[in-house]
Amino acid sequence: MVDAAVTSSSSPFTRKDVLLSMRGMRAGFTTDDGFVRAVDGVSFDVQRGEVLAIVGESGSGKSVTAMSILGLQPTLEIAEGEILWKGTDLLTMSEDDRRAVRGKEIAMIFQDPLTALNPVHTVGRQIGEMARIHEGLDKKQARERAVEMLDLVGIPEPRKRADMYPHEFSGGMRQRAMIAMAITCKPDLLIADEPTTALDVTVQAQVLEVLVDIKDEIDSAIILITHDLGVVAGLANRVLVMYAGRSIEVGTTDEIFYETRHPYTLGLLASLPRLDDAGDEALVPIVGSPPSLIRKPSGCAFHPRCRFARVPGNCQTDDPALRLVAGDAHMAACHYAEELSGVTVESLRSMIDFEAEAARIDDTLPAEPLEPEDESEYEAALRDVAIAEAAAHPGVMDRGVRDRGGRDGSEWPAQPEDPRDGEVAP
Amino acid sequence: MPSYIIRRLLQIIPTVFVALSFLFFIFFLLPGEPARLIAGGAERNVDPGVLERIEERYGLDDPVLVQFGNYWQRTIQWDLGDSYLTRESVNEMLGEKAVASLRLAIWAIIIEIIVGIAVGLLSAIRRYSIGDRLTTILTAAASALPVFVLGFVLQYLFAVQPNKWDWPEWARLRTSGIGPDTWTFFFIPTGEQWRYLILPAITLASVTTALLARMTRGSMLEVLRADYMRTARSKGLGEREVVLKHGLRNAMLPVVTLIGIDFGTAIGAAVLTETTFNWPGLGSQIVTSVQQRDLPVLLGFTLSVVLAYALVNLIVDLSYAWFDPRIRLGKGDHG
Repeated sequence: MVDAAVTSSSSPFTRKDVLLSMRGMRAGFTTDDGFVRAVDGVSFDVQRGEVLAIVGESGSGKSVTAMSILGLQPTLEIAEGEILWKGTDLLTMSEDDRRAVRGKEIAMIFQDPLTALNPVHTVGRQIGEMARIHEGLDKKQARERAVEMLDLVGIPEPRKRADMYPHEFSGGMRQRAMIAMAITCKPDLLIADEPTTALDVTVQAQVLEVLVDIKDEIDSAIILITHDLGVVAGLANRVLVMYAGRSIEVGTTDEIFYETRHPYTLGLLASLPRLDDAGDEALVPIVGSPPSLIRKPSGCAFHPRCRFARVPGNCQTDDPALRLVAGDAHMAACHYAEELSGVTVESLRSMIDFEAEAARIDDTLPAEPLEPEDESEYEAALRDVAIAEAAAHPGVMDRGVRDRGGRDGSEWPAQPEDPRDGEVAP
Repeated sequence: MPSYIIRRLLQIIPTVFVALSFLFFIFFLLPGEPARLIAGGAERNVDPGVLERIEERYGLDDPVLVQFGNYWQRTIQWDLGDSYLTRESVNEMLGEKAVASLRLAIWAIIIEIIVGIAVGLLSAIRRYSIGDRLTTILTAAASALPVFVLGFVLQYLFAVQPNKWDWPEWARLRTSGIGPDTWTFFFIPTGEQWRYLILPAITLASVTTALLARMTRGSMLEVLRADYMRTARSKGLGEREVVLKHGLRNAMLPVVTLIGIDFGTAIGAAVLTETTFNWPGLGSQIVTSVQQRDLPVLLGFTLSVVLAYALVNLIVDLSYAWFDPRIRLGKGDHG
């Protein structure tokens, strides 16, 4: 357990009207190879009505973090931390109390609606079940509620659809049904785990639109777990970036996109293809692969892949704490966060010798995490140059992201309005 | 759906035809003349005149193909002929033994369904618990134990011992025979009948129950890992409801298939159990008929077993559509 001082209001996270507050969460799984530290000291708050995006690669611990809120992973071992829901710790609640929260106050939207919906029950029954559990509706009332909910998420002919099975729905409609199910009891918090990942690009925008509309309609907060920065830009108020089970940067969406203070976040932004790109700008990959969560690298877990890491130096030896780096709540876990001020995707791109990079990637691809001693003299030099050069090209990044239309979400391809949302499966 | 059922029923015809024709010809390939057997046995010297008369009487002197044609002509009219040995009408024999077999099979399947599914389910939910480990060992043992051994042990423990040690009357079961043969609603034993029924039913159920428990366990373990189970938990359902309302039906598909096969087997192939408990069923009669080269009985009984098998399988297939709405019956109609 975290001691009282940390959990008190002195925490920089604490803000008004906090719904959910995760404090110092450490959790993982025991495997044959050792303990997987999936969540390694994560803290964040969710305010009423806001959208917090949790961003990171596969294996960064973002899903585990979100799932731990509802307690849906029986094998997850929670080492320490607390999850305060409206002031009460979910982790010390009785199972009955926790069940009363699930679905009614905190509801979950899962990634793949085909496997997340039960194939042998009608969609209407699965939606209505939510109301039957928490509001004690009878069968008929529950069905009426399900029809109402399907209508709310924009499914045509909801009365007919309610009696159909998930396999008779298209992918987009399934995810809408999933959303309908999650919002049946008007929860205060929705946790959406990669809600659009399993969908066709053309349907993603429609589903996100539904999510935004619903959020306004029922005024709930959303925790959005995604690796898609486009989705983040269009939906989130605040962003938490995770790497190797830790939160490494937290800030408003603007801060994360335009005033990036962590090399990993910068790497994520730079590896994003741009629709307005003429095709002559190379993508900047994050070299290497995510570290093993059983044996994390020493010091900063990102240092073996970091273009700015000082090796040997404190990047290799000291684990940087998440600290306030700018504004009143922009935090980053990097020893040199301040030096990144002014470094943008554009300046990062301009300083990279892509041919040398390609050669290096070929060498290192058999994806063991890079060890510090792997760094050649050339790379050390490259890094020094990088920091100097990046600082010399300030302000380019603004244009980069704005051009993409990231802020208003218009980079989602505009869809001709199709009320049927694709065809029904034959 | 009705067209599907009709199509499936029509499919039974070639199945039955091929199965019985095969049996018919095999019979004539086997050594030993039927006429000699009818006359009293292979070991006896029989007057050739007698043999001739027998052959004429039973049509055994006709060419095999003519006999084959005659056989099917009668069979289509559900005239299964008379036993070579007892001259009894096969139809009548069948009426008696099929009913006895069916009653025993029904009870064996009831035991199998209740015990097998319950044990498998608990085993899956409490995986790696002592109960689960014990179940794994016991089911392995039960499926390895020869049926007649189990039968003898049960007879000894519950029928012989109670008499020896003067147990109260209600605890004494019977070792063999069909008993008073009193039933209501076709299969519910009345009076003393249950004392005769219970041990053979348990014995007949033992192996299949063990297999069904293992099948249920495996199937349920798979379902417990499914995403929709997590969804059900995320709604705030209790673990019991999650398992029973969302898990069970999904886990039942392979289980139902096995139950169907077991039911067919229990009707037609319960030879060991029927013999051990002297229960007058189809299986033991078929074995006897093979030994005695009693062709009409063999064919008639096999026919009814094949029909029972086909009907049970049809019912199982129809039940799939209820267990899993993704399965559309009669999809083949559209190519």
